[in-house]
Amino acid sequence: MNRRLTYILMRLVRSLLVALAVVFLSFFLIRLAPGDAAEVMAGQSGYSDATYIKDLRAEYGLDRPLPVQFWRYAKAVLRGDLGTSYERREKVLDVILQRLPNTLLLDAFALIVAIGGGVWLGSVAARRPGSAGDAAVTFLSMLFYATPQFWLGMMAVLLFSIWLGWLPPFGIETMGADYTGLVRLADVARHMLLPGTTLALYFMASYARLTRTAMIEVADLDFVKTARAKGITERQVQRRHVLRNALIPLVTFAGLQASILIAGSVLVENVFSWPGIGTLAYEAVTARDNPLLLGIFIVTAVLVSLFNLATDIAYSIADPRVELAA
Amino acid sequence: MQPDRRALLGAGAFLLLPGAARAADRRATLNAMMPVEPTTLNYPLLNTRLVQQICANINESLLLFDWQFKPHPNLARAYEMSADGLRYVFHIQPGVRWHDGAPFTAHDVVFSCDAMLRQLNPRSRAALSHCESITATDPYTVEFRLREPFNAFLFSFMASSAPMMPAHIYEGTDFRTNPFNVKPIGTGPFRFKQWVRGQYIHLERNPLYWRPGCPHLSDIYFRLCPTPEQRMVALETGAVDIAFCDDIDSVVTSRMLANPDLVSSTDAYIGTGEITVMEMNQRRWPFSDRRFRAAFLHAVDREFLVKAINFGQGRVAHSPIPSTVPYYDDKALVKYPFDPARARALLDEMGLKPKSGGMRFKFGMMKVPDGSGAWTRSAQYIKQAMAEVGLDMQLESVDWATYSRRNGNWEFDMDMNDYGEYGDPAIGTSRFFVSSNIRKGVPQSNVQGYVNPEVDALFSRAAVAIDPGEAQRCYSRLQNILTRDVAMIWLFERKPVLFYNRRFRNIVMGPNGPCDGLGEAMLA
Repeated sequence: MNRRLTYILMRLVRSLLVALAVVFLSFFLIRLAPGDAAEVMAGQSGYSDATYIKDLRAEYGLDRPLPVQFWRYAKAVLRGDLGTSYERREKVLDVILQRLPNTLLLDAFALIVAIGGGVWLGSVAARRPGSAGDAAVTFLSMLFYATPQFWLGMMAVLLFSIWLGWLPPFGIETMGADYTGLVRLADVARHMLLPGTTLALYFMASYARLTRTAMIEVADLDFVKTARAKGITERQVQRRHVLRNALIPLVTFAGLQASILIAGSVLVENVFSWPGIGTLAYEAVTARDNPLLLGIFIVTAVLVSLFNLATDIAYSIADPRVELAA
Repeated sequence: MQPDRRALLGAGAFLLLPGAARAADRRATLNAMMPVEPTTLNYPLLNTRLVQQICANINESLLLFDWQFKPHPNLARAYEMSADGLRYVFHIQPGVRWHDGAPFTAHDVVFSCDAMLRQLNPRSRAALSHCESITATDPYTVEFRLREPFNAFLFSFMASSAPMMPAHIYEGTDFRTNPFNVKPIGTGPFRFKQWVRGQYIHLERNPLYWRPGCPHLSDIYFRLCPTPEQRMVALETGAVDIAFCDDIDSVVTSRMLANPDLVSSTDAYIGTGEITVMEMNQRRWPFSDRRFRAAFLHAVDREFLVKAINFGQGRVAHSPIPSTVPYYDDKALVKYPFDPARARALLDEMGLKPKSGGMRFKFGMMKVPDGSGAWTRSAQYIKQAMAEVGLDMQLESVDWATYSRRNGNWEFDMDMNDYGEYGDPAIGTSRFFVSSNIRKGVPQSNVQGYVNPEVDALFSRAAVAIDPGEAQRCYSRLQNILTRDVAMIWLFERKPVLFYNRRFRNIVMGPNGPCDGLGEAMLA
């Protein structure tokens, strides 16, 4: 147990280092894009003069040399202060924390759908390799794996919202309804179906493929033959022996995909106007709102690190043969 | 003709309404949309049309303007101007209170104009720079003394140029970071209630409102609706009651016009006097050559651009001054009808002969970043029109930051843009043509580098003329010179459509439409 604790601590330190590296690299990287926040505001205001731009630059500290700007920013971040958004004039952390729960909700829903659906489809396919069912699952997996998520999202809106009229095309809640309690929860769930499923399909496809391969591999191993020899039903063989052992690589895989999930939600959130940090990141880029964008980078970097850590721990619990080593 | 707000008020129409009907009105909620969330609700700090449409309900101006652009009382119950045009006195409406209960006085006017607007808002700064002093002579009287006459001075008190801000909230604070920027205080018919980030801004009826009987609505919600498809669906399904200009993509305008539940208005924004233009970097050849600019205009079928590409929302712009505002003079204009043969001849004359492949010259044109909206469609048509006369116009897709940087730093061959007139050429037009406004690093200035000393002199003379006839002569001459020079590529005067649900009325009461607030809007 002690060893596990040391491991976790080491990993937390490493997460922090990753976050700092993210700060350093992205601080300079995002400044390679032309234009700054003051120019965006001056351009969009329709009427500007030199004083307007000068005042904005001074307010944001953009008139200082770049290394000075970096030093100030890095110092603030080390104190736990992610700064103030240029565009919103609010604390970056507040802005992110307002939106983060929506993204986490969407991602959690997508992950559950992806893993649940993927494992089910994969095990269906693995039961009789080469059958029509297997071919169908393989075909669908390849299709969803290869289709860009933003396109899939738009087609889903076209089909389910515009043609069939079943589901709301965008947003997180019905505009103007101002529901409360359980009705509100149901409303949010209805809004989540399209974006959540769109996001999930890509991952579901990967999990289905992985589950299928892993199960077919495990099905040939000696302990499965032993299980069959014991005379338990095929269903039990599949569920208790094959699937359970095939799940181990799946856990690793899910952990590795956390960052891809967040990247995917940037696209999907924008297609469905889901008010999460994906849409926020897009808004921050177009407004050249550097503190907000950097804040999002840091928060997502930390989140991905933590998620990976959680997977490793889950892994060691799922398979006692795995040892955690710092 | 739209109903006139002043006429309605004068008739005391609201007082005649039965009490029951009024009470019902006050429970009425209007839902509007925001394509993006505003960054602040400090009106002078961010004077975009979105902020105008929200904040006009909260912060009021001293004057309102009617369809003929004549000033009418608002927070100022009366005003006087001295014969020499150097002194303006405003008498403040007594008994007006800020939303927090504090009285609105002359001190607030002085603070708003002299401190806040001057510091924060470039448009106000330009107008107020003519003032020598702004003083409160008593709690209800403000005197503006001008250095020289400025005949457009009253236009600087249009709602969007000079919203009145509370001195007791802002005085002595950093205007940019004051916490009230996100929970604004005004004197307007609606007061700020709540801002749920990522969702909506909620305004509610101001029970202390000074104008008797107003407002009629109980609540206004501005709901975040980021994509054009969402806004269209929201309007059609009745989830929202009003679509401001540009909320609805012009592609679906005809469908909305056919919708029996919706009322439309193309007059809601004529106070801005918006002209869609293309700017040429006249420091570079061949854009420096008048013949090239003339050829460009001859090559574009601007009637087609208005009718087909922009679905009839506007009219061809032949002048730097919009036809809907004073001083427009059709007789003074040199016009450039669609005539590709003439365009080719002009280009030939310049020595721009077709090379192999039929093209004479290749140049870049920076689009306004609007995804696949009206700007992009116009640009795509113009590219084709240019190809017809042998000009290879490369469309450059950029984001806002890049657009502003390159526009301000003169790093472009051509770009698309638009400008607002705001009631008078001295406020909205001169800034793009006078050489004193060539300022590197400042987007939306004279970025073309157009220099003509006669134009400079005429704009100066026109602005200080006390005699309206003299001002008109200057502006007529200016329109003649600028169109003869093809000082800019004026494409069309845009008249964007505003839609609202038939359940409501009195939405558009003057040339500034919803930018003057919705204090008189009511259930139909």
